[in-house]
Amino acid sequence: MKHTLSVLLQNKPGALSRVTGLFSGRCFNIESLCVAETMDPSISCLTLVTRGEESVIEQVMKQLHKLIDVVKVTDICENEYVEREMVLIRVKADAGTRAEVLRIIDIFRGKVVDVSANSYAVEVTGSESKIKAVIDILKPLGIKEIIRTGTIAMARAPKNR
Amino acid sequence: MSTMVGSQAIIRCLKEEGVDIIFGYPGGAVIELYDELCKTDIKHILVRHEQGAVHAADGYARATGKVGVAVLTSGPGATNGVTAIATAYCDSIPLVVLTGQVPRALIGNDAFQEVDIVGITRPCTKHNYLVNDPEQLVPTLREAFYIAASGRPGPVLIDLPKDVIASFIAYPEQKETRMQTYQPNVKPHPGQIEKACKALLQSQKPVLYVGGGVILSDAHEELTHLARTLNIPVTMTLMGLGGFPGTDSLSLGMLGMHGTYAANMAVAKSDLLIAVGSRFDDRVTGKLDAFAPDAKIIHIDIDPTSISKNVDVDVPIVADCKLALQAINACLEANPSFSPQEIASRHNAWVEQVNEWENKHPLAYQEEGDIIKPQYVIEKINELTRGDALITTEVGQNQMWTAQFYKFNQPRRFLTSGGLGTMGYGLPAAIGAKLAYPQLDVIDIAGDGSIQMNIQELATAKQWGANVKVAILNNNYLGMVRQWQELFYNRHYASTVMEHTPDFVALAQAYGAVGLRAKTKDEVEPVIKEALATDNVVIMDFAISREEGVFPMVPAGKATTEMLLV
Repeated sequence: MKHTLSVLLQNKPGALSRVTGLFSGRCFNIESLCVAETMDPSISCLTLVTRGEESVIEQVMKQLHKLIDVVKVTDICENEYVEREMVLIRVKADAGTRAEVLRIIDIFRGKVVDVSANSYAVEVTGSESKIKAVIDILKPLGIKEIIRTGTIAMARAPKNR
Repeated sequence: MSTMVGSQAIIRCLKEEGVDIIFGYPGGAVIELYDELCKTDIKHILVRHEQGAVHAADGYARATGKVGVAVLTSGPGATNGVTAIATAYCDSIPLVVLTGQVPRALIGNDAFQEVDIVGITRPCTKHNYLVNDPEQLVPTLREAFYIAASGRPGPVLIDLPKDVIASFIAYPEQKETRMQTYQPNVKPHPGQIEKACKALLQSQKPVLYVGGGVILSDAHEELTHLARTLNIPVTMTLMGLGGFPGTDSLSLGMLGMHGTYAANMAVAKSDLLIAVGSRFDDRVTGKLDAFAPDAKIIHIDIDPTSISKNVDVDVPIVADCKLALQAINACLEANPSFSPQEIASRHNAWVEQVNEWENKHPLAYQEEGDIIKPQYVIEKINELTRGDALITTEVGQNQMWTAQFYKFNQPRRFLTSGGLGTMGYGLPAAIGAKLAYPQLDVIDIAGDGSIQMNIQELATAKQWGANVKVAILNNNYLGMVRQWQELFYNRHYASTVMEHTPDFVALAQAYGAVGLRAKTKDEVEPVIKEALATDNVVIMDFAISREEGVFPMVPAGKATTEMLLV
């Protein structure tokens, strides 16, 4: 089962490799990983997507928490949450397909961020399934390059407050 | 605040942490530190190989309960220490290892004797540091000692660039170390203690399954009290030996792959298993489905990651073993309806059953006339040292025979590489322990294979007057692997025959030590007696029955009740 883990850790050299080393040392794969500073510049927030059985995820979370540089570990999937990913896609756009690309991007609320004689680079944000959908639809038109950020996620605020 | 050179600050900080002995090997990157070290009263033990330095610091730590300290130079000095660091990590031994590093400006430049030791040791240390800012030198050292010794102990490595060691810094005042991101839980949860007590009061067939955590937290008295009060049989892991007196009638000895018949049967038939500071290692559990199938399990461990890792437990208690056992003992006594006599007598039938298993298949071996049996050598060492010696071992058959046949009555008297299984551990660890306790008989029980992995440390023992004794159980084989080949690989002894072995008696003499040899059974006792009476390093070379095996044995992957017996 897919799990999105949110890890707060010290913003210093080596801290990230402790986290990734913990996964590679146990032959667990990381599907995506996103790290950046939080409001407190000494702390980074890392969003990590992985797959595994409940017992494996529980062990991973305990092991993460055991790392000295880790402040907090949460399995975002345990409660309501929002997730977003951004993708940059360079897609073929010649005279025949330009309009079609623009229509598709418009439907997905994306935008064009770079233009050349025969391609557009477009930016789309959304959930993992939306990103997958836009890629699937653009594929027949000729995708030249894709760069994805990986998922970031945030727990929803409690409803009755 | 006084200003001083980094090397002086390191020494001052080490002294504040109570360090009086360091094991190490100098080199270019740590030359400044050595220059300062030789001006202090901290004893520096120069070893002959860096692996020996860290193992010796480890032996010192296991024997004393203090943090062991080693100093290694950059590059090969540091990498030579890695096996020993991993050894300490697997057995949760508190160490601080200081490694030299090339100057900061050269890091990443493939400089001479440069290696990314922080990267290399990341998975085999509890934590590690590269000190990039000289002002962080002392706070880092303090944190390292705090991390190494607290919670589940372990080795911490600090990589020190040469120019950081040489820079001028302001020495920060001593203060208590507190860390935002590291606050190990040591106190047991009262609700869990109550649940554990309830289970203890209800059980008919309980077994205590004790690991190295009991030794590390000095909980042997609390454990012994609980076992004797409630009349509960105790089995120990390799790391737990000595946590409960081995000669006590409630002791079942070791459990698991080479455990006793009684221990494995008792665990399999128990209705309550109380795991204390043990981690359900695969060498202990065998086939997981068949491990203690009918037992409710209480698990006391300071490390939350150990809980329900291999075996699901019913009552987890994340705490220091000593505090948890104190709380259990107190909780039982506070219960108005608690009658120790009643519970103890309720367990009589179970203890009788366990004794029956012990009598049915005790640890045994077959005599073969004049030929020396390794088990006999251990029995004799046990007898002639009255069970009071500090024993280290190498890894393999020598280790298992020692665990089976030496009866440890005290904690911190059996030092062995349990988790990693490092051949070459025993001799340097024995030197570290002997330097901590010069008055004790310290004996490394070795095989002819493993002793050669760190035999150079004989020179260390001689130089520092660490008069350890080495008992080599010599069968000209890598015996444990040979045993597996005999049992599971059609006696195909691939590369386990030591076709050339040195003359250990002559080798001892070459080092200025004493070499003794026993070729027949009646020579064993005189050799041990002479070794113990000799005020020098002694190697005893016992020519043992070549194809002797370690039994009982649970084949890998089998249930622990499926033992091959003698």
